[in-house]
Amino acid sequence: MAIKGLRETVKKALDKHNNDKSLLVDILQDVQATIGYLPKAALVETGKQLGVPISRVYSVATFFKAFSLTKRGRHLINVCMGTACHVRGAVKVLEQIEQELKIKRGGTTRDLKFTLETVNCVGACALGPMVIIGEDYHGEMTPEGIISVLKQYN
Amino acid sequence: MVKLTINGRKIQAEEGTTILYAARDNNIFIPTLCENEAVSPYGACRLCLVQIKTARGRERLVTSCIYLVEEGLTVETNTERIRKIRGVLLELLLARCPDSEVIQEMAAKEGITITRFYKRKGNNKCILCANCARTCEEVVGVSAISLANRGVDRELTTPFGDDFSEACIGCGSCAYSCPTGAITLIDRGSKRTIKWPHNRMEFKLQKCSVCGNYWAPEKQIAYIAKTSGTKLSEYVACPDCRD
Repeated sequence: MAIKGLRETVKKALDKHNNDKSLLVDILQDVQATIGYLPKAALVETGKQLGVPISRVYSVATFFKAFSLTKRGRHLINVCMGTACHVRGAVKVLEQIEQELKIKRGGTTRDLKFTLETVNCVGACALGPMVIIGEDYHGEMTPEGIISVLKQYN
Repeated sequence: MVKLTINGRKIQAEEGTTILYAARDNNIFIPTLCENEAVSPYGACRLCLVQIKTARGRERLVTSCIYLVEEGLTVETNTERIRKIRGVLLELLLARCPDSEVIQEMAAKEGITITRFYKRKGNNKCILCANCARTCEEVVGVSAISLANRGVDRELTTPFGDDFSEACIGCGSCAYSCPTGAITLIDRGSKRTIKWPHNRMEFKLQKCSVCGNYWAPEKQIAYIAKTSGTKLSEYVACPDCRD
């Protein structure tokens, strides 16, 4: 992303949160929502505009699992690995996705379509195994079912 | 003043004092690694663990470096329970930093020479107490280094793990405040090398115009001049040669 667009993206996020230094996490979330991930330049720019040391921005950005410093796909797949989903076959679902997309957990497909990650419980245990793609929740997933679900995204 | 009892001794401490400082003022020893008067309390190393009983009779374990004194508090610093927990903490620290002389010495004082836990490989003496990062932020005011990542991946590092932190002025406060010797500072000739557990950085030292000794990093002098509003020309001679 061009530096000019980056500067505006960060500024917009800062304006939304009144340049409040204590809302660094919210600001980074907004920046990530716009760009898709948090490139080094975005972190440096956020620190500079907000007046927070870069070391702190880096510390916060690397602490939370929700932030990614590497490029992510357009759709983020979160496979629930919580106890309930696990006993209902989440591992098989995850393996099926890994096979289908030819990536391992934490990886991103080469065409930047999907990023595969795991979470530990999303609080919908009755519907396990859960697979969350972007904002959509897919419950009672099976290795067979996930293939057609993945086809819905482009 | 707040009245409390530590190890059976009735003592008085000013309100807002931590148990650790109140004990220290009364010559009661509590071991600690991450405590540093220059920075705000943090409670990272957990070694200053004490057993307290509040005036209402509630008993619990707290880290004395962050717990403030209370009226009628009863504190025990060296019970069998505390020694047992402290022993495990020291064993864990020994496993994390097998090469740290400070931790070995401290553990030996508690009668611990071996650890039952898996020893970490590599010469890493860092216990992640963040004394360095806190000093860098609170005392020096540049925030050149910080702790990053989380869990087992947590480490002290420069932003983005680079071998260069633009904010660092090379003052060496991090090395000075490190309790375990994980950060080292070596001045050789005109060059200062600061070694952090995962990164290192080199600085050019300034030569004194009178005695010719190298006395401080150029970056630090520039920073001092800038923050104090003085001229760079006032720093051509070292403090010993200034009149």
